[in-house]
Amino acid sequence: MSPVETPAPPSTTAARGVDDLRLNVEQATYSYAAERKAGARFTLEATTFQARHREIVAILGPNASGKSTLLRLVAGTLKPLSGRVELDGHDVNRIDARTRAQRIGVVQQESPLLFPVPVWEYVLQGRRPFGHMFQFETDEDFAIVENSLAQLGAMHLRDRMMHEISGGEKQRVVVARALAQQPLLLLLDEPTLHLDIGAQVELLQNLRRLAVENRQTVVVVTHELNLAAEFADRVVVLHKGKCLRAGTPAEIFERGLLEQVFGAELEVNYSATGRPRVAVKSQRLM
Amino acid sequence: MKPLTPKRLASVCGILAGVLFVVMLISLKLGAVPVSMTDLAMHLGRMALGQADQLPSEYSLIINEIRLPRILLGILVGAALSVAGAGFQALLRNPLADPYVLGVSSGAALGAILSLIVSSHATAAMPFAAFLGACASIAGVYFLGRREGQLDSYTLLLGGIISASFLSAVIMFLMTTLSGGDIRGMGFWLMGDLSTPIPLGLKWLFLILIGAVGAIYTTAADLNLLLSGEQEALHLGVDVPRVKLVVYLSASLLTGIAVSVSGAIGYVGLLVPHLVRLMFGSDYRLLIPASALGGAIVIVTADTLARTVVAPIELPVGAMTALAGAPLFLYLLRRRIQ
Repeated sequence: MSPVETPAPPSTTAARGVDDLRLNVEQATYSYAAERKAGARFTLEATTFQARHREIVAILGPNASGKSTLLRLVAGTLKPLSGRVELDGHDVNRIDARTRAQRIGVVQQESPLLFPVPVWEYVLQGRRPFGHMFQFETDEDFAIVENSLAQLGAMHLRDRMMHEISGGEKQRVVVARALAQQPLLLLLDEPTLHLDIGAQVELLQNLRRLAVENRQTVVVVTHELNLAAEFADRVVVLHKGKCLRAGTPAEIFERGLLEQVFGAELEVNYSATGRPRVAVKSQRLM
Repeated sequence: MKPLTPKRLASVCGILAGVLFVVMLISLKLGAVPVSMTDLAMHLGRMALGQADQLPSEYSLIINEIRLPRILLGILVGAALSVAGAGFQALLRNPLADPYVLGVSSGAALGAILSLIVSSHATAAMPFAAFLGACASIAGVYFLGRREGQLDSYTLLLGGIISASFLSAVIMFLMTTLSGGDIRGMGFWLMGDLSTPIPLGLKWLFLILIGAVGAIYTTAADLNLLLSGEQEALHLGVDVPRVKLVVYLSASLLTGIAVSVSGAIGYVGLLVPHLVRLMFGSDYRLLIPASALGGAIVIVTADTLARTVVAPIELPVGAMTALAGAPLFLYLLRRRIQ
């Protein structure tokens, strides 16, 4: 996990060649109706987007728009009904689970724990895809665990217990576990959900830095418009299972589209950095 | 908590094996006929040297024919139930899972009784029937515990407790209406006991035990990940369906053999893995062998107490484990609710 010597500016995606392409989602669809008799008959319609090395992609949309389903398709734990999801040119569904876990790290919304474990042991779980049945962790595994914690500024938590640390600290540890997998692709499902604004910004800054340092591609599911606008190189907008648009934040953050998706009157401005900003249009109460 | 290394695994298992040995010695010594420590040492020394024919006959009978087989049976049952408990806890992601609480032991007991009714003799088919009973009841509890595709912790426990009580009623009905000469007492099947003869040679039972514990052990590292949920385990490269199947079958088999020789002894599968976790951490690669040894220690100790506290009357060993295990269950349940 050595840092790249000359970190390229992350957001200039247009100039890169096809060689840099890491994730290719092409016309991928999914339907839950086929596998469950009862419950919501949710369908994700054809979704297409690409992501290159060092890019952050935000999958944006309101609740129940299909964000998590799309993430699971990308993670390879759901098989698309039609279309393809490719990682470095390989179909993620055809890669066996162990190899897939060596390439794709996933941070779920909730990571429930049944028994108390110390932080280092939790992060060490990320080394499991590299071990064999009766093999114990090596010194190299421990070095990677420490490196992962250090990359997120969480070394001081190493010997604490998972259930004793705060929400923001826990989120850093969960991301550190995914980093310990040394993945090419890092997927996060609503990672900012239970974090205060300070911790949210810190997490996304960390992801921004990690994407560059480790040449990782990061896909973040979120409904936080401004965080996506500030940190993402590409945004995929989902609404009721439809992929409405995929592109750069400047292409996506258009008032009409966002109002349609989120069902609220919004204003889009541009900050000094050229990133879009979304605000709720002030309304006089009746 | 230190990282798990082969050295640490070996030292923990070594210490527990040492404790088990001491407990075995004490259990061989204590009983209706007291055996002095020197006599016991001489006796065991001769046995170890292969001079069994020179043993004094009185001790030979008590130690070789009565106490030692019962201790070995206790080791078998304790190891089987504890490893089954640890397996069910990971499989169902429920720290309160235990073969007895979940009704799996009652299912196994019912299977064994049905096989006795069919064949009227305790045969090798009995552990197998108990295994089928265990499989069926855990499958039933699993489906009772599912709500909207998710395994609900409390529904699962409630389903298990209700199943246990229903199956116990069926057992009582069968015992009352069909009690023939070969069917053991109601207390045996409902409370557990180590004093009755066993249907299959101890050698065979130990072979099954080692096979099933070994099978669960092949999934040990994966079980650590399964504790965080099936999705998490999938993302970390675990072959979840295979691991679940191996643990489901092996833990049911362990419950089946334990119940077919000792009836439904409760709470060992809950008590032992929790004590092991408190002392040595929750890594399944250590938890499984340590629970096997710890379970053996607990059952041999409990049975020795059951034989001696109100001697010459013998208590069922299940009464001893329930006295210690039920309060622990309540404590863990309360802590979980809080």
